[in-house]
Amino acid sequence: MTIPATSPARPGTIRGDEAALGRGPWQLRLPAAIAAAFLVLPLLALLVRVPWSTLPHLLTEPIVGEALRLSLICASAAAGLSMLFGIPLAWVLAHASGPLVNLLRALVTVPLVLPPVVGGVALLAAFGRRGVLGRPLDDLFGITLPFTPIAVVLAETFVALPFLVLTVEGAFRTLDSGYAEAAATLGASRWFTFRTVVLPLLAPAVLAGSVLAWARALGEFGATITFAGNSPGRTQTMPLAVYLAMERDPDAAIALSLILLLVCVLVLLLLRGRWLTGAAR
Amino acid sequence: MTRYPRLVAGSGLVALLALAGCSGGSSTTSSSSSAGSSTSSSTSASTSQGGAQGELTVLAAASLRDVFVTIGKDFEAAHPGTKITFSFGPSSGLATQIVNGSPADVFASASAATMKTAADAGAVDASRLFARNSMTIVVPKDNPAKVDDLSDLADSTVKVAICAAEVPCGVAAHKVFDTAKLSVKPISEEADVSAVLTKVSLGEVDAGIVYVTDASSAKDKVQAVEIPAADNATTDYPIAVVKDSAHHDLAQQFTDFVLAPEAAKVLADAGFAGAGG
Repeated sequence: MTIPATSPARPGTIRGDEAALGRGPWQLRLPAAIAAAFLVLPLLALLVRVPWSTLPHLLTEPIVGEALRLSLICASAAAGLSMLFGIPLAWVLAHASGPLVNLLRALVTVPLVLPPVVGGVALLAAFGRRGVLGRPLDDLFGITLPFTPIAVVLAETFVALPFLVLTVEGAFRTLDSGYAEAAATLGASRWFTFRTVVLPLLAPAVLAGSVLAWARALGEFGATITFAGNSPGRTQTMPLAVYLAMERDPDAAIALSLILLLVCVLVLLLLRGRWLTGAAR
Repeated sequence: MTRYPRLVAGSGLVALLALAGCSGGSSTTSSSSSAGSSTSSSTSASTSQGGAQGELTVLAAASLRDVFVTIGKDFEAAHPGTKITFSFGPSSGLATQIVNGSPADVFASASAATMKTAADAGAVDASRLFARNSMTIVVPKDNPAKVDDLSDLADSTVKVAICAAEVPCGVAAHKVFDTAKLSVKPISEEADVSAVLTKVSLGEVDAGIVYVTDASSAKDKVQAVEIPAADNATTDYPIAVVKDSAHHDLAQQFTDFVLAPEAAKVLADAGFAGAGG
C-alpha cells in the first residue's frame, strides 16, 4: 500500500517495450503473476471483509474525518518538507565525492531500514522534552514538540525523506550536464541554471520521489505513535486509528483501512495519469 | 540475454525454499518482548511437535509480564520437559488474535470484558479469576509538575498520558476520572500500559495512569502517587484454556498452577490483589 507501482523509469525510451513484455518468457511471467497476486490478494480480502451494512455508520463518526484530515495534511506537509530539504541534499550527494559523502549517503538511507519505532525513540532522544535539542528548546522558548501535529510531521518526514533523496539523487547523476553547461556559457548564474534548466529536467524524478515520500508518510505508524503519541484530533492519524480500532472493533478497523486504501489509490492514479501525460510530451 | 530470466527463476526457488525452512523451524525464545510485536513469537511454538510434555504458548496481558515469567519458570521446574512461550500484549489485541485463530494454549486477560470477547466467539473454555489490579498515578522521578494528588491531573498545564479507551487500562483510567468527577484532557492515549509507563519514565509527560503493579515494577524510574480507594478502579484478571489448544491437559495444568497458592504469592508480591478481595 505504501509503495506505488509507478516506477520512475522514463517511458518511451525503449521502442515497443510493452509488446515485448506481453510475449515475455514464462520464467518472467510466472514470478510476475505471483508478485502481483501477492500484493493484490490481501487488498481484495480486505474488501471481502468490509462490513458494508454498518459502513455508513462507521464512516460518519467524527473521529474518522479528523484522522483522515490529519493524515492528509501531515503527509502532504512531510512530502513538502522532503522536497524543500531533500532536493538540495540529493544535489550535494550527487555532486560531491569523498569518504565523508559516502558516509553521509549511508546515514541518509538508515531511516529506510530502521524499524520506525526506533526512529520514534531517536526523535524523542533528539527533540523530546528531555532530548538533546528538545530540552534547550523547552527551556529557552517553551516549545515542546512531542504530542503535537508538528511531531507527526517530523516523524513522517524522518521516514519519508530518504525516499525522495534517493530518487532525486539518481536523477541528478544521470542528468545530461550539457544543458546546464550550455546555460552557463550563455551567462546564466548557477542558481538561475538550477531553477530554469536543471529542475524542470528533474521534474519527473522529483514527482516520483515526492509521491513515494507522501505515500510512505501517509502509512507511517511506528515513529508517529512513539514520538507524537496518540491523541484523537491532534496526533491520531489513520494508521493509528486503524491499529487502535483493531483492539476493540475489527470491523471499524477494516472500514478505516478501506478509506485509507481508497484515498491512496485515488491520489496515486491521479498523479500517475498527470505524470505520464506530462512525460510523454 | 537468455540466461538472465533463468537466474531470476532460480532465485525465486531459493526464496521459496527459504520460506519453507522458516515455517518448519520452532522458536526457542521463552518470553517475547514488546506489545506490538506479540504475534511473532506466538505463531511458531505450539505448532511444533507435541512431545511427551510439550510446549505451551501463553498469551497474557502486558501487565502480567514480570509475574508470568516467574510463574512460567516455576511451572517449567515443576513439570520437567515442558516449555512455555509467552506473548505479552494488550488484552484486547490478544483476544482478537485468539478469535482469529492464532495458535495459543492459554489466555490470561486484564479484563473480564476482553475475556468475554474471546468466550463469545467460542474461542476459549470457561475462565476463572486469578488476580485483581487497581490503578495509580505515576510521575517522573523528579515530578516536574508537582503532582501530588488526583485532582492535579485536571490542571491543563499538566501533561497526562493514559491508555486509549480501546484497551482495559484506558477504560479503568476513564472510570477513575468519572468517579472523581474530574475533567482530564490527556495529551496522549497510548496503545498499551507499557507505552504510558515509558512516556512517564522518559519524562515526556508529567503524569500517567497505570496499574499499581506496573508502578511497583518500575519504581526505579517512576514515582507512584496513590489514587484514593474511593475513586480507584479495579480490573479482574481471568485465565482460560484456549479451545483449539493442541495441549489441552497441559494448558489446564498451567491454569491450575496460576490459581495455586505458590503463584498467588508471586502475584501478591508484585502488588496484585487476590481474586476474591
